[in-house]
Amino acid sequence: MADKVGTVEFIIAGFGGQGVLFIGRALAFAGLARDVNVSFIPSYGPEMRGGTANCKVVVSDGEVGSPIVEEPDVLIAMNRPSLERFVNTVKPGGTVFVNSSLIENEVERGDIKAYRVPFNELAREAGAERVANLAALGAYVASQDFFTLEDMEGAVKEMVKGKRVELMEANLKALRAGYDFVRNLA
Amino acid sequence: MGKKILMKGNEALGEGAMRAGMRHYFGYPITPQSEVAAYLSKHLPKRGGVFLQAESEISAINMVYGAASAGRRVMTSSSSPGISLKMEGLSYLVGSELPCLIGNVMRGGPGLGNIAPAQADYFQAVKGGGHGDYHIIVLAPTTCQEMFDFAVMALNLADKYRNPVMILSDGALGQMMEPVVIPDEVPIEEYDKSWALTGAKDRPPNVVNSLFLDEKELEEHNIKLQEKFKRIEENEILYSEYRTEDAEYLFVAFGLVSRIVHSVVDLARAEGIKAGLLVPKMLWPFPKDRIAELAEQCRFLMSVEMNSGQMVEDVRLAVNGRRPVYFYGRMGGGVPAQRRVLEELKSHIEGGTK
Repeated sequence: MADKVGTVEFIIAGFGGQGVLFIGRALAFAGLARDVNVSFIPSYGPEMRGGTANCKVVVSDGEVGSPIVEEPDVLIAMNRPSLERFVNTVKPGGTVFVNSSLIENEVERGDIKAYRVPFNELAREAGAERVANLAALGAYVASQDFFTLEDMEGAVKEMVKGKRVELMEANLKALRAGYDFVRNLA
Repeated sequence: MGKKILMKGNEALGEGAMRAGMRHYFGYPITPQSEVAAYLSKHLPKRGGVFLQAESEISAINMVYGAASAGRRVMTSSSSPGISLKMEGLSYLVGSELPCLIGNVMRGGPGLGNIAPAQADYFQAVKGGGHGDYHIIVLAPTTCQEMFDFAVMALNLADKYRNPVMILSDGALGQMMEPVVIPDEVPIEEYDKSWALTGAKDRPPNVVNSLFLDEKELEEHNIKLQEKFKRIEENEILYSEYRTEDAEYLFVAFGLVSRIVHSVVDLARAEGIKAGLLVPKMLWPFPKDRIAELAEQCRFLMSVEMNSGQMVEDVRLAVNGRRPVYFYGRMGGGVPAQRRVLEELKSHIEGGTK
């Protein structure tokens, strides 16, 4: 576990209902718990009532400058329109997580690292397809060494406290499934 | 030290006002401001306050007039079109010298516009959007923490000067979440409120009014108000600076845009361009003396805004022709992109060396 995060900028995008804002808020909660600076900004336009949704998160040891992420270090694309819209904005050397359950396209850029992970299948095996977002979060955690799986479990428990308790087990299982999937690629 | 929690800017605004003793809120919902009302509707009654959703923005601002007349700390909030509706009431509040907090979480205009972030209500806020000669103090937060802190400051300043104070925010600052430190206690300043309408038991009745039919009387009232505005200008100022010590090119930006330009300054510096940034956190009074002072060391200044060029006029007044003052802006909910602002800066640098 590293004790510095540097500055990591995220764009997390998908269909409305895929829980992309949840991923962003979990990162923000986990960052707060680890005492680094965070900002989270959701797309709040008509798009959240159907169509695509996205959020932008910045996690930093220093002051967060612009919260409006233009060139992310990390892109999590839960569906194809999101990958197509944002993949060319990722910084060279950045990372993209592609939901291979729903996206057939390959990432054609050679200057970024791409993980193809079947988030929906992993979630279904964990008990509920609707927690595919947690599998994505787990996959991200496995790719870096600042946030731990425990940080994210803590954030998720904090966020769903008292709500949708029936999904808690599936949430945590999916988180671990995404994590294990990427760890096993290494 | 208090506790640090993750909050939306809109929630932080409501929480800050409550911590500063605001117990009366009157409003009407509008995106992207509605979380202020949603948050207060949940928390204000628990703290012994009154949350009331009025039938319109016009009702809400006049309810503010009523509660302020009674000497209570009171607040309303809205977003651009709703703020326009409150302008008549705002003028009455200033005319009657009533303290209150007004939150404007700006969206794209004109007209119904859209719900994206914008800064196009700058003129309306700082030049007096209602009728008559007046000013209100305008605070421009840049973080969720400042949404909280400035709400406290605003209610103190309002009581200090018996004048409305506006927090001029935007849809992005309202909707975004950041950690906010909620101190155990906030500084609540107490000012004389012997003017308030509290029942006149054992004292002569007070009158709160903005009607002065006699011209001489109204002129004298205006002179008194102008003296107050002058006093505010002499005593109140709030801004921050970033890498200005050796800056040759000075950006001026407020609110959300100042965060974007903060990043642009780093991009420019990485290329050896000596850029700096001044962020007015109070838009009226405006930090004109400091801008004039910094202009001396700079080749030019550049105002970046989410409008067609409003604050840039005040920057130009401050610089008074001694240096070129350029402008870059986006309208209708567009947010300036860092690289685009940097290009704009470079184009003026190149233009200047020809």
